[in-house]
Amino acid sequence: MRNEIKHHMTDDLLMAYAAGNLPEAFDLMVATHLSLCDHCRARSESFDAVGGCVLQEQDASASMSDGSLAATMALIAQGAPKAKPAHPTCAVLPAPLQDYVGGDVNAIKWKPVGMGVKQAILPTTSEATARLLFIPAGAAVPDHSHNGIELTMVLQGAFSDEIDRFARGDVEIADQSIHHTPTADISEDCICLAVTDAPLKFSKLMPRLFQPFLRI
Amino acid sequence: MFTEIDTVTLDDVAAQHVVKSAVRGAKRFKGKPVNGPNKCCDSRKEWVDHVRRIRDAKDQIAFAELFQHFAPRIKAFLIKSGSDAALAEECAQEVMATLWHKAHLFDPTRATVATWVFTIARNKRIDVLRKQRRPEPEDLWWGPEAEPEQEDVLALQQETAQLRDAMAALPEAQRQLIEKAYFGDLSHREIASQTGLPLGTIKSRIRLALDRLRHAMN
Repeated sequence: MRNEIKHHMTDDLLMAYAAGNLPEAFDLMVATHLSLCDHCRARSESFDAVGGCVLQEQDASASMSDGSLAATMALIAQGAPKAKPAHPTCAVLPAPLQDYVGGDVNAIKWKPVGMGVKQAILPTTSEATARLLFIPAGAAVPDHSHNGIELTMVLQGAFSDEIDRFARGDVEIADQSIHHTPTADISEDCICLAVTDAPLKFSKLMPRLFQPFLRI
Repeated sequence: MFTEIDTVTLDDVAAQHVVKSAVRGAKRFKGKPVNGPNKCCDSRKEWVDHVRRIRDAKDQIAFAELFQHFAPRIKAFLIKSGSDAALAEECAQEVMATLWHKAHLFDPTRATVATWVFTIARNKRIDVLRKQRRPEPEDLWWGPEAEPEQEDVLALQQETAQLRDAMAALPEAQRQLIEKAYFGDLSHREIASQTGLPLGTIKSRIRLALDRLRHAMN
């Protein structure tokens, strides 16, 4: 399954993730994708290597104060911070998402947003929004476009839109030029992680009325 | 024990350790005992052994040497990222403590010690300066049983050294832009994907390491 991912992260997102410059919701998206995609994990870790070189080149004369090593040993003696609970690897939600949901899919607190579509907004900083979307098999998410960037990654099932078909691990990167209507495959309910850094624009009246509820 | 380290120089500590090791007939303390504060050449491989010694033997001498090399660099990195000196110092200590606790997770076929330390320092910066959680991918590690191949370790270290040389050879303005990004001074919209860095080989190397790790995990 791991090798079947066809739609990957862009270099600038991976570099910004490695450099630590993304809003939290985007970090969550990248971390979730990397948990499923070794191709992008390798790319991401090569950008970490750039950071390692930057660190190595730092001037070491900014010396630590006297006693700092002893203070660090005292810190170590306090013991390791509590390890995060291990998540089952066969889960639908990769580990970074489970940290936000508090478990796998059955722990998601869905809120209906109409037409069978459900969502759960995840607690991140407000610069960008991360939400889980539940699209019933065969249903469509209202036709919309974007002010900013929208990343959508499939966790279960699959969806298709005007661009292509997207299955587990695939990421669709949409900007303002894209106007799309994602439709879930008929065979299975689709669960996605969607991240946006600006409100979506819906093209029809009804969905626009939903917008306050969707908070998108 | 810990306070002793504080009152003598690291060289003294290392020297004492060499003596103690010799007395015990221990063979694992090989090579140069102490790296000078600015001499990092020839030490890349050695830092890997340092982390292993911390992991396997909770070796405080290895830790003291890593601390001497990396803690000031972490501090300088955090100051350039916008921290004041006192906070940067505190964070550098916490980063080094994390290195101790997570030594078992370090994979030398995918990262040098400097790269790994960078990721811990970056996460600390996000946590403390940006007050934001940092989602990380699922941990992948060799576990207590398996060990990576030495030649894979060496190859990764060498390719990282080449990357470092390539970065040093970049035009000044371009190098500064990359540094700025890694200090957290550029938003993700400002980061251009064309860094001009030759990341192809190191990426393939890491991918190979991941494949071997997956194979070992199954």
